[in-house]
Order: sequence, then C-alpha cells, then structure tokens
Amino acid sequence: MIIFHEVNKHYGKFHVLQNINLHIKQGEVVVIIGPSGSGKSTLVRCINRLETISSGELIVDNVKVHDKKTDINKLRRNIGMVFQHFHLYPHKTVLQNITLAPIKVLGIAKEEAERTAMYYLEKVGIPDKANSYPSSLSGGQQQRVAIARGLAMKPKIMLFDEPTSALDPETIGEVLDVMKKLAKEGMTMVVVTHEMGFAREVADRIVFIDQGKILEVSTPEEFFSNPKEERAKNFLNRILNH
Amino acid sequence: MLNFSILIDHWDMYIEGFFNTIKASVFAMIASLVAGTIIAIFRIAPFRPLNWLGTMYVEFIRNIPLMLIVFVFFFAPSALGLRINSFLAGTLGLTTYTAAFIAESIRAGIQAVPKGQMEAARSSGLTYVQTMWYIILPQAIKIVIPPLGNQFLNLVKNSSVLGVIAGLDLMYFGDLISSETFVTFDVYIFVAMFYLLLTIPLSLSVSFLERRLAKNR
Ligand SMILES: Nc1ncnc2c1ncn2[C@@H]1O[C@H](COP(=O)(O)OP(=O)(O)OP(=O)(O)O)[C@@H](O)[C@H]1O
Ligand SMILES: [Mg+2]
Repeated sequence: MIIFHEVNKHYGKFHVLQNINLHIKQGEVVVIIGPSGSGKSTLVRCINRLETISSGELIVDNVKVHDKKTDINKLRRNIGMVFQHFHLYPHKTVLQNITLAPIKVLGIAKEEAERTAMYYLEKVGIPDKANSYPSSLSGGQQQRVAIARGLAMKPKIMLFDEPTSALDPETIGEVLDVMKKLAKEGMTMVVVTHEMGFAREVADRIVFIDQGKILEVSTPEEFFSNPKEERAKNFLNRILNH
Repeated sequence: MLNFSILIDHWDMYIEGFFNTIKASVFAMIASLVAGTIIAIFRIAPFRPLNWLGTMYVEFIRNIPLMLIVFVFFFAPSALGLRINSFLAGTLGLTTYTAAFIAESIRAGIQAVPKGQMEAARSSGLTYVQTMWYIILPQAIKIVIPPLGNQFLNLVKNSSVLGVIAGLDLMYFGDLISSETFVTFDVYIFVAMFYLLLTIPLSLSVSFLERRLAKNR
C-alpha cells in the first residue's frame, strides 16, 4: 500500500530523512515514534506529498508520489489526514467541514454528502454537533470532527500526526477510542504518537526513528519488552518514566 | 461666521463636483479591488514569474507620488496623439495607485490565515484554486476589511488629485469657485464638508463591520 524505497529528503543542507525503506501493507496500523525533531512528521507528510522527497521512490496505492506527472489531487482523495491542531475550517459548520471535499472533489450531491457526514459524526460520537461551529467545540470534539472529515472521503489510508498531543488529558481517550475502532475495521493507518498505550494495543508494527533514520521496525511486543536499539531503550525510559 | 451665500450661489458647482468625486471614488474602489486582488494572488501564487510581476507592480507603483501617476495617464496619451478626458485619466491613475496598496492588504490578509488551513484543504484533494476560493479567501476577507476600509478612505481623499488636471471633481470646482469669488477659506470649508459627507459614513460602516466580524468569531 505504501512503499518507501531508499527515500531521502533534505531541507537545504539538512538531511531530514535518510535512506528510508519501509513497506506498509493494506490494513496495517503502523505507529511511528521517536524523539522531537527526528523527522516523524516529515515522513508522514511525504506520503501525501505535503512534503516532496529529494530522492528515492515513494509508491502509495500503486501510484508514484515522487513522479511529477502524478495527479496529486486524485491520489489525495484516497488519503485522509489528521493534524495535531485539527485545522478545521473556522468559517464553516461541522457539517460543512465534512461535506466540502466530498461535494467539491468527488462531485457527490449535497444531500448524500450530508447523509454520509452524519453517519461518520455518529461514528465519532457527536452527531448533535453537526450545526455547530468548530470554535464552540472542545479539543477532543474538534479532533473527532477532523477524523470524520477525513473518513467522509472514504479513503484507503489515514495519516495521523500527533492527533492527541494538543488535547487536554481527559479528552485524549475519546479520540484514541475512535482511532482504535477504525483500526479494528481494517483501515490502513500511519500514526505518529507519543501514546504508548495506544501503540502497544493497536499497532501492528512500531517504527522507531531518530535523526532521520529508521533504527528499528518491530512488533509492539518486541519493541516494548526488548528494544534492540540503545537509543530506542533510552527513548522508552524517558517517555515511560514520567 | 461662514459665508453661506457662497454655498448657495455655487450650489450647482459643488453638487457636480461632489457627484464626480463619488463617481471617481466608486469606480476606482471597484476597479482597484479587482486589480488589487489579482495582484495579491500573483504575489503568493506558487509560480515564480507571477510573484515577480506582482512584486514589481507593488514596489514600483506605491513608491511613486500619486500625482505623477495621474500625470502619466493624462499626458502620455496626448504624447501619442490620443485624447483622454481628464476625469478618466485621473480615475485610472487613482485606480492604478490604490490597487498597489489594496494588493498589499489582501496579501497580508491571505498570509495571516494559518498555514494549516491550506494543508488540511489540499490534503483532502481540493485544488489550489478551490482551496483559495472556499477556505482561504473567506477567512482572509475578515482580516482584510479594516485595512481595506482605510485604503478606501484614503482613496476618497486622494481623489482630490483630479483637481490638478481639471478632472471636474470637488477639488476642481472648489478651485474654480475660489478663483471666481476671491474667497478661499469659506469655499474650501464647504469643500471639506462635502468630503466629510462621504468619508464619515464610510469610516463608520468600516468600524461597524469590524465589530460585527469580531463578534461572530
Ligand atoms: N520547512 C522546514 N524547513 C527546514 N527545516 C525543517 C522544516 N520542517 C522541519 N524541519 C526540520 O526537520 C526536522 C524534522 O522535523 P519534523 O517536524 O519531521 O520532526 P518531528 O519528528 O515530527 O518532531 P516533533 O516531535 O517535534 O513534531 C526538525 O529538525 C525540523 O527543525
Ligand atoms: Mg511532528
């Protein structure tokens, strides 16, 4: 589904992603962890070409993302993305946030798009907020709307970049629950998170990245009980003991 | 006391000037808003040559005195053997000049919309133009209204430059009445009052809009 082959990315002279090789299968949930500034966001953002790679090959859903001729808008229909700071459209209601892309990108009729939107709002547990504006919702509710907005495009892949890092502790759970449900239903997910409980429970594989390099790819059991890399051990110690 | 007989005796001239000032201002407002929006989009579009053109325009035009620009519109056609009426030349000069400032206000407004909005919209498959239209511009407009209001106020006042090329506006008729009557102070006080008749409601409606927008945020 997602294949990184010898991918490198530079910001000017800075080598953010170094020789990335990673193969993510359909239906897999891959959690990416690593210290701040290690390149986690950059890695995820390359998948839908919010960032362009400098060399190597990146193939998503059988399409070459790195190829200039690729119709990126078409590819992006199949890839939902959830950001740390939600990025809901403040001038639109929850329902309008969710239906905009299905109507404008997929050309779906408004009524049908609204029905789909309501279906996903039920799924994330806030159908009663359909006509509210984002500013009147809590962080957890906003993030669930953002997830529903992504799902309404019926994507094949969902990308999450620290979806709970900007939330109050008491609302983190409600967002993680939605993500768990999604994982169980077989969605292909790439998740950057510091929620180790989530990673342990839901991930099929953990990717540990540091200074732009993938240092370890393993199952949660292996990774948490017996990390192979020294830096992964240190990272886990720091993050689990505070 | 003000000599109101001047106002009464020259009422027709004042009114003609007043309406020409309105005409020039309204035309220049609309035209400079359209031109300014296009130039702003040039400046931020993801295409270098357009950025360059937009920047050239803004830097060139806003660093030249308005009067010189009006002169160019007035004298350049006659140098080429064409005739242009002074009202039109003045209004075009005013438009050209104001468009540069409006472009800057709009560009700043667009760039004040958080970057994440563009990313969220683009990652959902919307094109750049769709994203601009449905997501960025509606938010930018709210940010841009106060500075745009100021540009429009400046525009109304700057329209007095038409007077210099006999553009039949308020200022022109003011000069005319003054040279006929040999009165200066009173004549120009009445001119000022007519300007205030335009600028005060404009200024008030901008503050009103500003407050409305602040509320539903
Ligand atoms: N647009 C950019 N220009 C230059 N450098 C950048 C840019 N974006 C990110 N970087 C740098 O690239 C490195 C990796 O950034 P990235 O955001 O991918 O890290 P991250 O692992 O997601 O970190 P965090 O946990 O803080 O979100 C950082 O050192 C960052 O400063
Ligand atoms: Mg990050």
